[in-house]
Amino acid sequence: MELLYASSVGVLVSCGVFLILRSRTFPVVLGLTMFSYAVNLFLFSSGRLSLNQAAVLGTSTEYADPLPQALVLTAIVIGFAMTAFVVILAIRGRTDLGNDHVDGQVPDKNNHNNDNNNKVKV
Amino acid sequence: MIQNLAFLPILLPMLAGVILLTSLFGKNITSRRVTSVVLSTITFLVSLVLLLKVQADGTQVYAIGEWSAPFGIVLVADPLSTLLVSLTALLGLVCVLYASAGDDEKGSFFHPLVHFLILGVNGAFLTGDIFNLFVFFEVLLIASYALLMHGGDKRNTRAALHYVILNLVGSAIFLIALGVLYGVLGTLNMADMAQKVALLQGDDVYLAKIGGLLLLVVFALKGALLPLHLWLPNTYATAMPVVAALFAIMTKVGVYSMMRVYTLIFGDEAGELSHMAQTWMWWFAMATIAMGGVGVLASKDLRKLTANLVIVSVGTLVALVAVQTIEATSAAIYYLVHSTLVTAALFLLADLIGRQRGDVADRITAGPAVAQPRLLGVCFLVAAIAVIGMPPLSGFIGKVWLLKATLDAEYTFVFWPLYLLVSLAILLSVAKAGSTVFWHHQDSLIESNATDSVEQSRVHPAQLAALIILIAGAPLMTIFAGPLSEYAIGAASQLHDFNNNIKIILSGGH
Repeated sequence: MELLYASSVGVLVSCGVFLILRSRTFPVVLGLTMFSYAVNLFLFSSGRLSLNQAAVLGTSTEYADPLPQALVLTAIVIGFAMTAFVVILAIRGRTDLGNDHVDGQVPDKNNHNNDNNNKVKV
Repeated sequence: MIQNLAFLPILLPMLAGVILLTSLFGKNITSRRVTSVVLSTITFLVSLVLLLKVQADGTQVYAIGEWSAPFGIVLVADPLSTLLVSLTALLGLVCVLYASAGDDEKGSFFHPLVHFLILGVNGAFLTGDIFNLFVFFEVLLIASYALLMHGGDKRNTRAALHYVILNLVGSAIFLIALGVLYGVLGTLNMADMAQKVALLQGDDVYLAKIGGLLLLVVFALKGALLPLHLWLPNTYATAMPVVAALFAIMTKVGVYSMMRVYTLIFGDEAGELSHMAQTWMWWFAMATIAMGGVGVLASKDLRKLTANLVIVSVGTLVALVAVQTIEATSAAIYYLVHSTLVTAALFLLADLIGRQRGDVADRITAGPAVAQPRLLGVCFLVAAIAVIGMPPLSGFIGKVWLLKATLDAEYTFVFWPLYLLVSLAILLSVAKAGSTVFWHHQDSLIESNATDSVEQSRVHPAQLAALIILIAGAPLMTIFAGPLSEYAIGAASQLHDFNNNIKIILSGGH
């Protein structure tokens, strides 16, 4: 279970980081969402992973740590609000700036082509 | 009431925000402004009362919901945090006053957002629980996102997008760090963490180190430490100047968190991990100072100039935090108050000067003369002397103190020349900016239209009052330098008094 859990956190983080580094806002927002999912999973595991244990004191001798669950709840709520805000901001950016690039301008296609041509020539 | 005093600097701004958010006032902007000013004055007075109480009775610990530490969340009002809470409340009052001259009509909900921002900042200063610190960071961030967009244009949207995305990544890293630290230490109360971190053994030490250094990344991002400072100049220069003035306290939240975490948790008593972030902070702080100096020299308008001055002040503060002696910390506390007030004053001045120069705005080039050269000139002179650190104002005292405090630090022979050179750069650019803006006129522009608009943009009494409160800080901090430095030394020695901190916080007061 630990291996599965850890690798899913890892895959989510790597996908999230990859998407955050993209130049358009939509992938970036998606990347942020994935990153926050990974963080929530990670935070949950900080109370150690265990099966069939109640998070209530006194009902069993073995109990799960209830605090990370509370932390994850807080983190989910905050992350949700922040994602909603960044989505709205991205839409506003799309209308204000006329394109959906994070830097507010479409990279110069011609320059790019020139570079390619130069490379081909070299 | 009196035993709940420590909670009031958080509760009052929240109530103020909620009251101002309701439709109680309808379209009546005047009553909304008056209420906002009155409520922020109350917040300021209450934080002063708290300050006096902490001075008289020692550190106040407030256990939220009577859940005592380390199980519940505690608020710790010690001399340092109450000083910063008062500073925040003062800055909030000034910004509300200034914006009441007309800036608050450029968008919706200016007043509630300012109060929510103050709520977040006060909470971050007061909390003794590191996860609660994260929550208050988010509260202040979401308010700052909305304030940043207030009355903004295209450039503003782009800067806000960058700022929001960066801070969301920062929050995620914050959570990872907290997860690691909780997994290793099993507690989130800062005092309890400080106790447990010394008992770590084996691989847990390295995990705690990873967590602690990830926290440094987050605080460096909030505080704008190199190489995570790139968002600051654009964000501060495109936000409305009154918002930028309010943001002057936000970088200080990052510095304050560093002070707490790396003095209390990873301080002298942390066993293998003591002072683990010191070297990182020291070198990155110096790089930040150098970068800020270059930015100051390269700035083309007053707001960018001030934003770069903020970067220099953050670098200076973090360098002092890295030294980790009582003297350095007390110098940092004095310098923090000084730099917050003076950079906020400079942002407001840049706005007032920009309004009176028509299209040239606050760019540092020859342009139409300002309408009120004496008033603005004198204010600029005072703020400039303070920010450069020339005698006789507060900047000079701060500078001498911090140079003296870093005398015995490692690699002072790098810090001193660097800091003095950057001071020279600041002197040059501020002097050049001042003389260009006030003395180099180019009146060939259309006269008749210009005079009309300049007449309209004469300094409003509310704006003047706000500006004078901030500017007066510099001479007042010089006149009362004795009691203030005693207070700073007291606050610093309490911050460094590990056993006393632990005892007070974990036993719930006294």
